[in-house]
Amino acid sequence: MTDSTPEPRVITYRQALNETLRAELERDEDVFLIGEEIGIFQGSYKITAGLIEDFGPKRVIDTPISEEGFVGAAIGAAMLGLRPVVEIMTLNFSLIAIDQIVNHAAKMHAMFGGQVKVPMVIRFPGGGGQQLAASHSQNLEVWYAHIPGLKVLAPSTPAEAKSMLTAAIRDDDPVIFLENLALYNMKGEVPAGEQVAEIGKAAVVKAGTDLTIVSYSRGMVTALEVADEFEQQGVSVEVVDLRSLRPLDRETICASVRKTSRAVVFEDDMLSYGIGAEISATISEGAFDYLDAPVRRVAAAEVPLPYSKPLETAAMPHAADLSRVVRETLDATQFTK
Amino acid sequence: MSEVTMPRLSDTMEEGELARWLKQVGDVVVKGDVLAEIETDKATMDLEAFESGVLHEQLVSEGTMVPIGQPVAVIGQGKPGTAKPEAKVPAPDVADSAEPESDAPTSEVAESPEPVAPSPTVGKHRMSPLARKLAHDNGIDLDSLTGTGPDGRIVRADIDAAISAKSEPEVATSEADKTPTSGGDEAELIPLNKIRKVTARRLTESQEVPHFFLTNMVDVDRLIALRADVNSGLTEQGIKVSLNDFIVKAVAITLRQHPEANASYNGDSILRHRRVNVGIAVATDAGLVVPVVNDADVKSLSAIGTEVVALAGAARDGNLTLDQMSGGTFSVSNLGMFGIDEFTAMLNPPEAGILAVGAASPEIVLRDGEVTEVQKMKITLTVDHRAMDGATAAAFLRDLKEILQQPLRILV
Repeated sequence: MTDSTPEPRVITYRQALNETLRAELERDEDVFLIGEEIGIFQGSYKITAGLIEDFGPKRVIDTPISEEGFVGAAIGAAMLGLRPVVEIMTLNFSLIAIDQIVNHAAKMHAMFGGQVKVPMVIRFPGGGGQQLAASHSQNLEVWYAHIPGLKVLAPSTPAEAKSMLTAAIRDDDPVIFLENLALYNMKGEVPAGEQVAEIGKAAVVKAGTDLTIVSYSRGMVTALEVADEFEQQGVSVEVVDLRSLRPLDRETICASVRKTSRAVVFEDDMLSYGIGAEISATISEGAFDYLDAPVRRVAAAEVPLPYSKPLETAAMPHAADLSRVVRETLDATQFTK
Repeated sequence: MSEVTMPRLSDTMEEGELARWLKQVGDVVVKGDVLAEIETDKATMDLEAFESGVLHEQLVSEGTMVPIGQPVAVIGQGKPGTAKPEAKVPAPDVADSAEPESDAPTSEVAESPEPVAPSPTVGKHRMSPLARKLAHDNGIDLDSLTGTGPDGRIVRADIDAAISAKSEPEVATSEADKTPTSGGDEAELIPLNKIRKVTARRLTESQEVPHFFLTNMVDVDRLIALRADVNSGLTEQGIKVSLNDFIVKAVAITLRQHPEANASYNGDSILRHRRVNVGIAVATDAGLVVPVVNDADVKSLSAIGTEVVALAGAARDGNLTLDQMSGGTFSVSNLGMFGIDEFTAMLNPPEAGILAVGAASPEIVLRDGEVTEVQKMKITLTVDHRAMDGATAAAFLRDLKEILQQPLRILV
């Protein structure tokens, strides 16, 4: 175990992932890593830095550029009892492996009457804002969140990265583990010792009474920023971090809205058919009588994300957008301090 | 696709009740067709379509009070539901892409079912679910609420206000209970009808007008005699002219001679009306109404008499049209038939004057050195001081008195 000190440490999201992979490789010899450039090159985003030196090429496997191939190989290994942790360079490339993920990893357990399990993790970063252009900047986690048989986790802090990756590796179902390019350098306090998150639980990361902002992953950074901004104006904003997109913790969301009677969902992905739509429907089903205004959603423009920096920035949702919609929602209910 | 809004059907109208839909969703509408009947503070009017097409939506149900300018229906082309009433969702493009999410389909999806619903029970009140629940839990009468949310949506703040408003009178009631009374049910609650509401509001407005009174005593012996003569000649035609008809005619003629009294204060100007239209206060079971005899100065006595009978009848039956109650420039209120000697009437804004007429009664006077009995009648003029000064009004009243005392002049 690397966490020999009992005190929490402030480390980056990247380092939390790296340390967790190391810890799980040490803890369980069935765990292995597989993906492009994760070994000798240390990972495109250096999440696997230093691991091949310590665990060797049999447990940190570099593959050809063949997402369908190495995801399929990992599924087979998982079915036979190993616990592969696949790194796909970005979410965008997972589309090449989507048949393996959706038609095989997700369905094996049910289609073979429970005879096999597929205990694997597929990690990849999503998100735009890095001028990687339309095909390399997507947030398609909702595609996977739609599929029964998969679990989809989206940690928003270094501490969650640690506890949720640990839980994902130890879970017996295939887990899509969504990271975000913009979060890798985020620093945060990470508790020492073994931390295993409960999969399927959202978290109220900031309590409030007047309005609920629901978000996840990178969106949480903006959500908390806007919540603090309103707090200074005397508006008490509650912030719910979904953490798990599938299974979705509907009760925590509805409990919050039953308290605040107003809700805004903030997401990086496109609006139509998105996570925000699911949250909005959940609220109208589970907290209808408590709503004093329609649930509003703030999401990305429905365009292929532009390469040009000003256009890319314009297309992505920002704090100002969230702030405005929160204000409109408050106004719609004649909110007064 | 166009919205039909609640029109302003009279000067005093602030809202109208959508009394009855005459076109249903899906009906073909031709410009000029009557879509619905609107009941205003004064009359029932037709709501006409200004565009041809198909009625796509009825946005309010029958019986709903709608403020002027608020949409009540949507007329479009083609079948209902094939297009949205307005494009709330801007097509996403790069230029405005920073904020497409804010105008997202949310509002459209969440809000359209309420106004669209044709059932009178569903969608009568636009309100948030929370407000609906709170109203139900606290026994708040939804009809008494005005929504302050978007498009008049009733939100929690409105319910909270209603709850506190409800609790305040309770305190007042308990105070009132302390005063000794002879028993329960001391008062019967009579809700105000529309006429009474308007009367209350208009007379309260009238109180704000700086006004004064002038009273004169009129010798009406000749007037009474003339009326008897005239009526005897009209018996065969079945027409009977009342004393009040003479007064209306006399007032109209005098107003023609005194245009300064046939006027309205207009903020930074004074309107001198070119027509002399005399309103006549009529008591009905439902309340006070003031039908108008237009151009009373040029109408014959018998024409005035006939018209007043018709107007008063329509007033009592509640059938007065808006036209029949609009455009007055001066009013006459007569309580003589109740034996009232004299009284002051309240102005009927924006008119600058109203004449209160008391009963004719015998008085002993000294005339040509002899004590004799004459019929006297007191008339009191209420004047908007902003439109007319005392001397002006006095001159008007003097001339009115003269014409009433020499009533043959009415006929010339």
